[in-house]
Amino acid sequence: MESIDYQTITYEHKNGVATIALNRPTAYNAFTAEMNKEIIKALKVASKDRDVRCIVMTGTGKAFCAGEDLGGVDENTDHAAFLRKRYHPMMKAIKEVPKPIVAAVNGTAAGAGMSLALAADFRLVQPKTKFVSAFMNIGLIPDSGFMYVLPRLIGYAKALEIAVLGKPITGEEAYKLGLATKMIEPTEWDEKVHEFALSMAGLSTKAFGLIKRYMMDGMNLSFDEVLEQEAQAQRIAGMSQDHLEGLNAFKEKRRAEFSGN
Amino acid sequence: MTDRSYIKVSRENGVGVIQLHRPEVANALNRKMVDEIVEEMEAFDRDASIRVIVVKGNNKAFAAGADIEEMLEDTPLSIELLDPFAIWDRLTLIKKPVIASVNGFALGGGFELALHCDLIIAGEDVRFGFPEVKLGVMPGAGGTQFLTKAMGKRKALEWIWLGEFMDAKEAMNYGVINRVVAPEMVVEETMRLAEKLSKQPPISLRLIKEAVGKAEELSLMDGMKLERKNFYLAFDSQDQKEGMNAFIEKRSPFFRGV
Repeated sequence: MESIDYQTITYEHKNGVATIALNRPTAYNAFTAEMNKEIIKALKVASKDRDVRCIVMTGTGKAFCAGEDLGGVDENTDHAAFLRKRYHPMMKAIKEVPKPIVAAVNGTAAGAGMSLALAADFRLVQPKTKFVSAFMNIGLIPDSGFMYVLPRLIGYAKALEIAVLGKPITGEEAYKLGLATKMIEPTEWDEKVHEFALSMAGLSTKAFGLIKRYMMDGMNLSFDEVLEQEAQAQRIAGMSQDHLEGLNAFKEKRRAEFSGN
Repeated sequence: MTDRSYIKVSRENGVGVIQLHRPEVANALNRKMVDEIVEEMEAFDRDASIRVIVVKGNNKAFAAGADIEEMLEDTPLSIELLDPFAIWDRLTLIKKPVIASVNGFALGGGFELALHCDLIIAGEDVRFGFPEVKLGVMPGAGGTQFLTKAMGKRKALEWIWLGEFMDAKEAMNYGVINRVVAPEMVVEETMRLAEKLSKQPPISLRLIKEAVGKAEELSLMDGMKLERKNFYLAFDSQDQKEGMNAFIEKRSPFFRGV
């Protein structure tokens, strides 16, 4: 595998887990145009690499991601063009990755940084983690998929409160809301994050990819449409090596060793 | 399985399959390839053992357009004399059901080929489009006509003017295609539909195809007259007797195509 020289992120692959760390700690990992592009690039590499079964996204230093750097925003900014060019390709890339993406939200996730955490398939938090929908504080609305994902994750009423009231959600609250899968103490962070990622990497990731492809968007569809999608996806899963391995392991009363194929 | 230069031809349970096969150029259509498609489709149309025809590409592309290099040196007169699109008209004369099975991309001439088919099944990730405008030309093998009949003038203009990719869901919403399925399932779902159709009475399918096709061309009264004649004609088939008897006898019919 070619090694790519990333400037704004780091990319590491270990034991089937690829870790993408936003790496501008002095700017609380705020996005830049280059970082948007490098994240897309890294996701492509991880998607293509057959050995990668799970992707962790995290931040270097104290913050997860502070969102867009407001230094570059002024009265001449065309916010729509900005989103279409910079953020939409990144959010679409995250949605299209068929492998589990875990956001290890090590610190503050603000604005588009919160959108990034929401776009992941799972969120791990620390008690001091803060999700801040900062958008309304500066007269803007949540973007980058935030308005699509959040109500689907925790329901409309809570999502509206978070979007509008702008009150930071602590890691503990996020865990109680069901927004985070696990809350981990800082002392055990690296170890427990890796443990969770490893457990994801050991799943039937072929089946995971099909669930990710259909379940969230299925919330827009009718019962009959979802039934048909399930039938087709089950046919695909039914022809996978993972299914065969699962059946054999069940018969032989042993743990299945999935390959993601 | 028969192989021509640019396509593969096979048959399976009464379904004739034409597979576009120029994988190195995403199945871009050249003139020889179109000739081969038309000839094989006509052969299937004449073959009594074939009831349904399927046109497919590979899992990356149905057909990503026409062969641009072939057109670089064309002049208005050279194209007029060569008349390369005339052979496409023969596709509109095929009497048996034709299904396009689309994965990946169907662009330009590839989209036009799909639009010449009666039914279109596409994967969720399929991109349709007419990018010709970006090359300073326009669709030339029926694109402006077929797409407009399918989705109406306003939407057709938007797509053909901008030359952007239309995703499968958009194509489905406007009735341009019939079904959107998982990309991995496109061929299997196409064959499932083809087999279903192959059990229907072939003479009815043929007469229905003609009548529905004419609905887009004739006045209402002329279309109704044609429909009536075709309805009467169906009564000359043994399948009509079989169908109606099976209904009375409360059993499933078995249609033989005569």
